[in-house]
Amino acid sequence: MSAFRFDICRLPPEAEALRQKVWAFFEEELSHMTPLQRADSWDGFDRDFSRKMAAKGWIGLTWPERYGGHERTALERYVVLEEALVAGAPVSAHWIAERQSGPLLLNFGSEEQCHKILPGIAKGELVFCIGMSEPDSGSDLASLRSPAKRSDDGWLLNGAKVWTTNAHEADYMIGLFRTSTDPDNRRGGLSQFLIDMKTPGITVNPIVDLPGREHFNEVVFEDVHLSHDCLIGTEGEGWDQVTAELAYERSGPERYLSSIQILLALVDELKANPSERGTIAVGELMARLATLRAMSLSLASMLEKGQNPSLEATMVKDLGTGFEQTLPDIAQSLIDLEPDPDSGSDMQMVLSFLIQAAPSFSLRGGTREILRGIIARGLGLR
Amino acid sequence: MTNEIATLLDQTATRLFGDLVTGSTFSAAEDGIWPEQLWNALEENGLTQPLVSVENGGAGATWRDSYVIVRAAGYFSVPVPLPETIAAGYLLSQSGIQIPESPLSLISPPEYGFSLTKDDQGAWRLDGVLPRVPWGRNVGYVIFSYEDMIVSVPVEGCTINKGSNVAGEPRDNLTFSNQAVEAAPGAFSSTQIGALIRAAQMAGAAERALEEAVSYAKERVQFGRTISKFQAIQQNLAVMASETAAAGCAAEMAFQAADYGEAEFEIAAAKIRNGEAGDIVTATAHQVLGAIGFTREHHLNLTTRRIWSWRAEFGGASSWALKLGQATIDRGGKNLWSDLTARYIDIKEYTSE
Repeated sequence: MSAFRFDICRLPPEAEALRQKVWAFFEEELSHMTPLQRADSWDGFDRDFSRKMAAKGWIGLTWPERYGGHERTALERYVVLEEALVAGAPVSAHWIAERQSGPLLLNFGSEEQCHKILPGIAKGELVFCIGMSEPDSGSDLASLRSPAKRSDDGWLLNGAKVWTTNAHEADYMIGLFRTSTDPDNRRGGLSQFLIDMKTPGITVNPIVDLPGREHFNEVVFEDVHLSHDCLIGTEGEGWDQVTAELAYERSGPERYLSSIQILLALVDELKANPSERGTIAVGELMARLATLRAMSLSLASMLEKGQNPSLEATMVKDLGTGFEQTLPDIAQSLIDLEPDPDSGSDMQMVLSFLIQAAPSFSLRGGTREILRGIIARGLGLR
Repeated sequence: MTNEIATLLDQTATRLFGDLVTGSTFSAAEDGIWPEQLWNALEENGLTQPLVSVENGGAGATWRDSYVIVRAAGYFSVPVPLPETIAAGYLLSQSGIQIPESPLSLISPPEYGFSLTKDDQGAWRLDGVLPRVPWGRNVGYVIFSYEDMIVSVPVEGCTINKGSNVAGEPRDNLTFSNQAVEAAPGAFSSTQIGALIRAAQMAGAAERALEEAVSYAKERVQFGRTISKFQAIQQNLAVMASETAAAGCAAEMAFQAADYGEAEFEIAAAKIRNGEAGDIVTATAHQVLGAIGFTREHHLNLTTRRIWSWRAEFGGASSWALKLGQATIDRGGKNLWSDLTARYIDIKEYTSE
């Protein structure tokens, strides 16, 4: 029997009803945005916009009401996410907190941590970053060395994190640090901390990325003191806590819709300047898009039922990031226009941005090779 | 309820195919011997007309339920026109034509070489050639859509020019002279329904190829260890697995849509996507199995040669992509997403349950 399983689902009526509201809100709120701005996708940062989405009740949709959530289904949340991505809404100020930090705290955080943090995220007021990669630890995350040592009144953090998205804007980091070393268990001895970014000893140094944005950073820790209650979950179990959430991180619509703006622009370009080759390419892209959405939705529904389809989620991420990464190249191959950032042409500007942004799609949150290694393990090959 | 039917159909199909489709079935089929015992067992167990209502002797299943049968037929490379019979039976039942108790075949409407006319008594007559009819020599009737009609052509009395696809399955040219046929109005196109079943067969075949490649990689030893331990092999098999998963989802999505009548978008997507998956799956399987996979002695070819045949039947990837692409471009970028999401709104399901 197959090592993987997808249950094809359709969205319930309450999710479709919500779609209409979300769509109308984005139509109104984002009418000023250009295709180039929309192409920034879930990297677009706007605290005011996040607060407005929160006021609509669309952040922390599935969380308990006692923490400021709305106790709705994962499928309704899915609709909010996909509509935001296709609209190119600037969701970055709450995206990481809503997708990863909040759910992590719900699962492993103390009652006190949840009460302190989750309502702020659900109001769109708290920005989070995630401190995982280090200068010498990327794909081999278990090799990370930045230490958190017990002190009299808590913990003392040192070392450095790198490629930390939104660290320069963030109110908090959830950081993975080494609290002990065991040569026989590399994945042991890691612990997660809730870190107020205003704590003395933290320095954030911006790094300019390929398209020229400053949205990820190096974060240096020099004798940073944290109180005891900043530990999340159990000391030494950071690895398991990090990996428990991966099905959510890997199968969401942001894993295939990051470059959707170029497909929309390409379709309009081909409408104005038709070519048979372009028409066939659009048909092929639509076939892939429709299939990816069916797969991603299927996982959302399995997660809603309490299953943990981690192998399937890894497959969707590998297929999805491959799709969103190849879209700018396919568009470029069909259109005899240069990628020109100053051209004033939506097509050329979106193209020039996305061509440069696309390499990150198969790196962030686990490289393509790591994902395929996980799939191979699921097939029993390793 | 509907899931119980699917589970039952899946178990029945898997058991029957597992028991009755063996190495000797294939060698006999390639020698032109019709697997009578297999076909009778499929009929007796209600697998040949699952979509027909219980009152009329069928299983009363939906397309969605029936996916498992067609997928399993592809997985087991079943050498009988079971998917064609299911699809043809559906077209007949939709048009109110009595479903005959025999194996049925299905073709796209031929573009030339035949004529369909009414005689003096107002009865339909067919002249000319129906090309590349799957299992033409073994079936009782060939069904196809023509303009706004479904046409059912009895094979008896025609001239059969035998041919095959690259998998050695019969694809015969049937020549008719003044043949009395039945025709009735019908909405579904035989090209669409043919593409639908081929997409599901390809999904099943992809699963089989993946299993073959994975189990071979775990057994074959080179450089002192099983080749499954090499990262190059692992990475390729991981890609193959994801493509196989995508093929299954695309086909299942299309079967689900077929229950709602107008399913051209999903069927086109499935035929295109599964053709793409089929390319990767067959290439990877043969690469992993090496020289032994490149023989008729090893059974991998039963699967891969069928994928190469099926991906080209009932519209190849580019003809479907041209249709799907044109429909998308006509609607423009502004409507692309809302059109896609609107296809998943399932009003019937909520009102009927």
